Amino acid sequence: MGLIALDPALVDRCRSLSSDIASEVQRFIDAHTSVGVERTVVRALGVEGVDGQGTPLVNTLIDRLARAQLLSRGAAFYLGREMLRRRVSLQVAAEYLAYDAAEPTPEGGESYAQVAAALASDNEQAIARIDAARSERTQLSRSLQAAETPWKYVIVATGNIYDDAVQARAAAEAGADVVAVIRATAQSLLDYVPHGPTTEGFGGTYATQENFRIVRRALDEASHALGRYVMATNYSSGLCMSEIAWMAAVERLDMLLNDSMYGILFRDINMRRTFVDQYFSRRIIARAGIIINTGEDNYLTTADAVESAHTVLASQFINEAFAHRAGLPDALIGLGHAYEIDPALEDSFVTELAQAQLIRQVFPRHPIKWMPPTKHKTGDVFQSHVHDALFSLVGTMTGQSIQLLGMFSEAIHNPLMMDRYLSLKATRYVFNAAKHLGEEIQIRPDGRIAARAALVLRKACDLLEVVQRETLWSAIARGAFADVRREPTGGKGLTGVIAKDRDYLNPLLHSLEAA
Amino acid sequence: MKSDRPKLLRAYGDRAGDGLLQLSFTLELLPSPIAKEAARRFAEAHGLSEVLVTCMEKCGPEHTYFVVYGHSQHVVDLSRVEVTEAEIPDLEKSEIEARAQKLARKIVVVGACTGSDAHTVGIDAILNIKGYAGEKGLEAYKTFEVHNLGAQVENDALIARAKAVGADALLVSQVITQRGCHKHNARALVERLSERGEQGSFLLLLGGPRIDHKLALSLGFDAGFGPGTSPRHVAAFIVDRLSRKRGLSCSA
Repeated sequence: MGLIALDPALVDRCRSLSSDIASEVQRFIDAHTSVGVERTVVRALGVEGVDGQGTPLVNTLIDRLARAQLLSRGAAFYLGREMLRRRVSLQVAAEYLAYDAAEPTPEGGESYAQVAAALASDNEQAIARIDAARSERTQLSRSLQAAETPWKYVIVATGNIYDDAVQARAAAEAGADVVAVIRATAQSLLDYVPHGPTTEGFGGTYATQENFRIVRRALDEASHALGRYVMATNYSSGLCMSEIAWMAAVERLDMLLNDSMYGILFRDINMRRTFVDQYFSRRIIARAGIIINTGEDNYLTTADAVESAHTVLASQFINEAFAHRAGLPDALIGLGHAYEIDPALEDSFVTELAQAQLIRQVFPRHPIKWMPPTKHKTGDVFQSHVHDALFSLVGTMTGQSIQLLGMFSEAIHNPLMMDRYLSLKATRYVFNAAKHLGEEIQIRPDGRIAARAALVLRKACDLLEVVQRETLWSAIARGAFADVRREPTGGKGLTGVIAKDRDYLNPLLHSLEAA
Repeated sequence: MKSDRPKLLRAYGDRAGDGLLQLSFTLELLPSPIAKEAARRFAEAHGLSEVLVTCMEKCGPEHTYFVVYGHSQHVVDLSRVEVTEAEIPDLEKSEIEARAQKLARKIVVVGACTGSDAHTVGIDAILNIKGYAGEKGLEAYKTFEVHNLGAQVENDALIARAKAVGADALLVSQVITQRGCHKHNARALVERLSERGEQGSFLLLLGGPRIDHKLALSLGFDAGFGPGTSPRHVAAFIVDRLSRKRGLSCSA
């Protein structure tokens, strides 16, 4: 679409404020680790397995180190030390540390350098494993036909991974470019990642490494059969966001839902925990070349889409600033927003168009994720289908990158196979019918769209000015985003946040930061 | 609603009594003349006659999606239809406030999505000041004190909070319904309350897209609210029940 005349100084100001906001939080992040981060490190170094109750070894190990108050030096330190002392492999060292009768203690003369050297080879392999998965993914996608944007993104959510695989293949065949397996609703609050394939889950399917593998295999088969690459998505969020990021990295996922603040606002996860975890998860994601999808669309399910549009933009600037600090380039930062304005309002479509174009222009190199209407959906499937068609029209006119397709059965049940097919068919029609419509349209500088976009940008900047002065911690505490208030010491997972010692050892983070 | 004279209803398509309706469904086979005939018979098995299969498209590896039209044989006798609905007086916001003022103190309401449910859309629409479809939520009522605990709240946490703030009513929202988990989550609260000897301490309201009054009663709740419920309905129900409980007159 023709560009809206925006004030570039205002956009620059937003970026500069967000940079300050993120830097202030980053000082806390750099000084802390979490049980989630530590589990990720030992997993990546090669520790695997579960006990008879299904508790992952990494959980038993990290919980034990946490109880002994040893995590401030990093789990890797004790793992490497055990390898040196017992002259055993990393896996065996982990088993001793987790299950041996003797509790781990801080005593011992091994130096940081000695332990780091003992871990060097496992650490190199950990990085090489991420790199190999990335390269395999790139080769496969390059050998096949690439999808045109907006990418058509659909979800499957049966609760049973084997049914998900069938539905994923069906979706790919019906034209989906991206298939996401929705997670079981309670998983974000689990402080462990379940093990193995799962066949029971409410509102979705558990994210497990084996489940990732099963869906990726199904989509690989579909990609080869169709001659075009079909992307896989899951959720790097909740209390295990960095562990899941690592699993996705090595199991060749293409995208991850990953947000710097979503867990705080919508799952009441402690903010210190979330900030620490999101950073490490994004370091891994950056190395793996995975596209993140941020969660600002959710703001509009609790707050009003007209009144709070500027909070979405402000949050996108903050998410971008955090992502840059974790080494993510713009091309991997899929900022999220949504078509959630009350359809009964006059010019709701015009207002949506203004917002979509504003976001597109402010973040021109970013794979913007455009989410469908949900809040104002009722059980009227026929009206819902029309609502989705207008949403798709905005997506193609304004050149959104990732289009999560609306489902006419939204608000009724998880999409049936037929629902997904009809949504893909309708979206294909809209995208094709209006393919070059955007190019034909100029925006009146004195019109409604330009005025609306300018207003939202100015209000976002005003909000960022306030947040920069009060800090992000205080802003979240007073409900600046999504009308949700969270205290810095409230929420779940705070006890899993640990201040790092000066000699804290995390070879994986070290390698990821050095890249 | 009950009367002895039968009142028969058929689906209204183009003319009264024609019974014309549309169905869409998926069958596990690929499009073919046989598939089309199978779809026609499937529709006939549902009581449709003169079936027209208007759409047959492959929608999955082994699946076909159909749209059919046909004349339904089926008739509903309205005189025999009964429903269980919560008794909700039809009151405007101002009338609700007036009635609530006769109670000694503010009406304290605690709401949450309990158990595994993470979807706060429903509870937010009823409780938050912004409300839904132009109607303000309970937070906007001067006579109500609202505590919206949000998503994935444990039953014990909900009960503890309800006791701490002296709640009159608990509002539980259940949106996710896969394999009956909404019933499971709702029943668990009622059981927990009875284990703790708190049965009857609070008015229990259950809401969600797949909730109705009958279901809510069967799960041990005082009322159920389904799709189309507005904050005003919920407020009116609560104020009415509390007024009766305290022996206040039901007229405004």
